[in-house]
Amino acid sequence: MIFAEWKPLTELVEKLSGYDRVLLVGCATCVAECAAGGEKEVETLAPLLRLALKEQGHDIEIQTATLEKQCEWEFVEELAEAVAQVDAVLSLACGIGVQAVAERFEETPVYPGVNTSALTIREELGVWEARCAACGDCVLGETFGLCPVARCAKSLMNGPCGGTRQDGKCEIDENLDCVWNLIVERATKRGELDALSQVRKTKNWSNGRHGGPKRVIREDLQQ
Amino acid sequence: MMMTPKTATGSNLERVLAAGHFAVTAEVGPPRGPDPEAVKKKAGWVKGIADAYNVTDNQTAVVRMSSIAASKVLLEEGLEPVMQMVCRDRNRIAMQSDLLGAHALGIRNCLCLSGDHQIAGAGGKLHGHPGAKNVYDVDSIQLISILKGLGEDCVQDGGDTIDSPASFFIGAAWTPLGTPEMFRTIRLAKKVEAGADFVQTQAVYDIARFAEAMQRAQDAGVTERVAILAGIIVPRSAGMLRYMNGNVPGVEVPDTLIERMGSATDRKAEGIKITLELIEAVREIPGIKGIHLQAIEAEELLPEVVESAGLLPRPQIA
Repeated sequence: MIFAEWKPLTELVEKLSGYDRVLLVGCATCVAECAAGGEKEVETLAPLLRLALKEQGHDIEIQTATLEKQCEWEFVEELAEAVAQVDAVLSLACGIGVQAVAERFEETPVYPGVNTSALTIREELGVWEARCAACGDCVLGETFGLCPVARCAKSLMNGPCGGTRQDGKCEIDENLDCVWNLIVERATKRGELDALSQVRKTKNWSNGRHGGPKRVIREDLQQ
Repeated sequence: MMMTPKTATGSNLERVLAAGHFAVTAEVGPPRGPDPEAVKKKAGWVKGIADAYNVTDNQTAVVRMSSIAASKVLLEEGLEPVMQMVCRDRNRIAMQSDLLGAHALGIRNCLCLSGDHQIAGAGGKLHGHPGAKNVYDVDSIQLISILKGLGEDCVQDGGDTIDSPASFFIGAAWTPLGTPEMFRTIRLAKKVEAGADFVQTQAVYDIARFAEAMQRAQDAGVTERVAILAGIIVPRSAGMLRYMNGNVPGVEVPDTLIERMGSATDRKAEGIKITLELIEAVREIPGIKGIHLQAIEAEELLPEVVESAGLLPRPQIA
């Protein structure tokens, strides 16, 4: 899922302090799964925000709504009436959702309430870990189903750097697994360590972010 | 055993190794400011004691004078640099451009490294740049391949040709006792396969375990294809050894060494004594072709160490 987490309340208060009525909009998809922007978080944040703004001397009316998906136009359309009644929108969706709302309601200022930071899986309750970097050139077939682009701090393609801790964790975080250690372990279990002995040449990053902003045309799906 | 140089890179380190001498490299870290005198001062301390001198590339992700510029200062001072290049800060375009420039300036050795991550870097008293955007377009093994292409094939990574070779004596790092230990031999072999000519290892303190790792490298046929220089860091205190043992991945320090440093009345003398013993011990290990010697923030100790180890004068090979 797309992972996001709340921006600091102080930052939100600063952004919203000039308005009278604000719409706080959640999204019931990824950000709900990562407990940052679903209905529950919207209803939790609204009173906190009201209080924080009030403490700063701003009596602001905060309305709430949560869409099924903020990244699809037909759902975003559902906000038309509510947006018309406010001065600004605070979206708890990922950056895609924020932009969809901002694009549909161009005259209304739309602010992000979360920082979107990764493509993750929930490892356990309250713990998320990056799994994909959307690099556009998937290597999982060569790395035993473990992604070194997203999960190695240096996106190394040819094995672990010298910074793997003795317990198999990464030098930048004592709780983060060195993914290359995991890759080597899985390859060893399968008896296929040799598969990792080949030198992997420089990667083509151009199908991801580095080839410019993505725009995809699938003619088979166009009318 | 004599090594046959693949091409004439013009590297003194390459010539020393090719002639069968036990090589010595040391390190000259660039300053955090623009003053070339700081490089010259360090150069003065260590001139003549090594065949080449590593010039670090923003180690621990703290901004310092560029390794290319500091390498050039060393050349002017009559010391041969091993320019370090890390993958953290430059993409393949900048790297190759810098390599061509370095070659034009007379730099002939390049050590290819992943580089300390900016989050794990700095530590201690310095801020570093933990908010920086890193690059990691290529990894250290791919960088080795790029150097090989520029030197042997006159071709850039993207396939464009260059009009004359940029031949470097290509270096790589090896952490033989790093986790996962059994893979470290494979990773070393990959570096050699990619084109590494020499290897400098992580600091060695546990001779027995290092010898085992070397045996694995030998069994894999790697030691015949690359010159391995054992990393030796002069111990300064028991605290330093304990810190390295606990906090530097791949460095294993036997308790006996920590105890020796702890109970020494003259720590400096004991540190040098241990260093000399380590040098003597690694010389006995088949496949070791030299040492990479460091005295962190105590470079002035190095001449005495190299002298006492019987490694002076350094060979002069035309």
